[in-house]
Amino acid sequence: MFRGLFRLTWLEIKIFVREPLGVFGTIGVPVLIFVVASRLVGPRLRTGAPGLPAVAAELPVAVSMFVAVSAVLSLVAIMAIYREGGILKRLRATPLRPHTILTAHVLVKLLLSAVTLAAMGLAGRRYFPVGADVSLLSFGVAVLFSTACILSLGFVIASVVPTARFAQPMGALVLYPMLGLSGLFMPLDVLPPALHAVARALPLTYAVSLLQGIWRGEGWIVHAGDVAVLALVFVVCAAVSARVFRWE
Amino acid sequence: MRAGAPVRANGHVAQSVCTRVAQDPVIRVSLLRKTYGRIVAVDDVSFDVHQGEIFGLIGPNGAGKTTTMECIEGLRAPDRGAIAVLGLDPVRDARALQERIGVQLQEAQLQKRITVREAVGLWAALYRISVDGDHLLERLGLTDKRHAWFMTLSGGQKQRLLIALALINDPEVVFLDELTTGLDPQARRTIWELVRGIRARGKTVFLTTHLMEEAERLCDRVAIIDRGKLVDLGSPAALVRRHCPLTSVVVSTDDPAALAGFQAMPAVASVSREGTEHTIRGRADDLVTQVIRYVAEHRLHVDGFRTQSPTLEDVFLQITGHTIRD
Repeated sequence: MFRGLFRLTWLEIKIFVREPLGVFGTIGVPVLIFVVASRLVGPRLRTGAPGLPAVAAELPVAVSMFVAVSAVLSLVAIMAIYREGGILKRLRATPLRPHTILTAHVLVKLLLSAVTLAAMGLAGRRYFPVGADVSLLSFGVAVLFSTACILSLGFVIASVVPTARFAQPMGALVLYPMLGLSGLFMPLDVLPPALHAVARALPLTYAVSLLQGIWRGEGWIVHAGDVAVLALVFVVCAAVSARVFRWE
Repeated sequence: MRAGAPVRANGHVAQSVCTRVAQDPVIRVSLLRKTYGRIVAVDDVSFDVHQGEIFGLIGPNGAGKTTTMECIEGLRAPDRGAIAVLGLDPVRDARALQERIGVQLQEAQLQKRITVREAVGLWAALYRISVDGDHLLERLGLTDKRHAWFMTLSGGQKQRLLIALALINDPEVVFLDELTTGLDPQARRTIWELVRGIRARGKTVFLTTHLMEEAERLCDRVAIIDRGKLVDLGSPAALVRRHCPLTSVVVSTDDPAALAGFQAMPAVASVSREGTEHTIRGRADDLVTQVIRYVAEHRLHVDGFRTQSPTLEDVFLQITGHTIRD
């Protein structure tokens, strides 16, 4: 069913690492931004200075969401390039199945996200205070789970986007508004009712809710609803992309 | 024979098929039709491909060659008609078929930074049966390049790698789509040798090309396709005999009696003279013999002697009324 999955995943990791600029953009840039941002807000957080927006207090949540969204955009772009270059078409003539290709790329993205977040944790530790009640392991699991589910949105976009040139803007057009309404920058309660309803229908909202909750030290049971919605999003998106996947 | 058996262009082909069919054809295409919107890409095409032959689908770009091939490979679903490859339906039995065929697609690419060896290793992992990758690379002359990235390979090396990938599962039928397009003559010759090697191993090769020289040198039989229709089918030599039965012999001699002598030979259709050069056109089967005999019997002093045989290019022009490059 997944013949060639691990071979393909391993190859894609090696291929990724062979492009230094891509490695820097994917891992280096977010880490750098996180370190700079936490140097700015860290001391004020520690002294409890007033006037800091909630997003600053929960910087790791925001960063994780941005890493997840850029992973989706990158997945979409790679699939578009592979399609345009005829690589997907060539793979189609083998026993490889589309879900194996997508799964391999999701595994690569998850691994890179994990590496990025771990690097951030190490590099930013000195500046950014982590509350005693935060379980980093729990948070890490929540981030990877959310990322996997958000990546499934990428499957659907990647399955239909015609050309590499459109892939990134299309993905950004879908994902950034979702991120804006996700409750990351402002609580959902302050939104007008109509926007609030829209936000409730968007998958990223549940990812933000889950990550914020775990970061604040709330239990997984409290967020079982978020987990369920994200899992449902994953299943639906995987099913849809399996049907609409285009090889060329 | 089943309903919808291939319609053959004429009796000659039917005869040559009957003498060869001891077993079922490896590929049987019957009244294949494929349209894109209102454009008919493949229009009721039928033919058989036999075990162990190199079969070429030839015609200009846009004639429907690739569409036909991709329907046979199971990459496209035909609108109408029946296709059987190794007794399997390419669409319904796609998975079973993929294990038994090898495919090289037109303008296929791999990941830019995948190495030759990694590509072969990945492909080998995808199939139930695979041949030894390193040995295969050696056969295709890619051993020195096994650690090179795909993007750094020359056109000929890329094509040889793509052929290697098509052979990794030890397929019974190998499909090669325009495999020498864009290659220099030297690389082209190397690839032709490789394709003959595939046949020598008992495989059936199905290829498309718009290069008539390639078809003539490589293929046991060719099907000429133009604007979606199959116009004729046979061995290159048979097609030439059928459509361009006249050949030319060019003899350089200063003997004043030669012109009249050549004109009097039974196989001759016409003779033209330019200076001392006589161009004698006539029936291919007898002409050369008659000219040689005449030259010998009359002790003609000859400065030059060459034959100009018609090629598939001439056949194509004759059948379709336009050249292949139009």
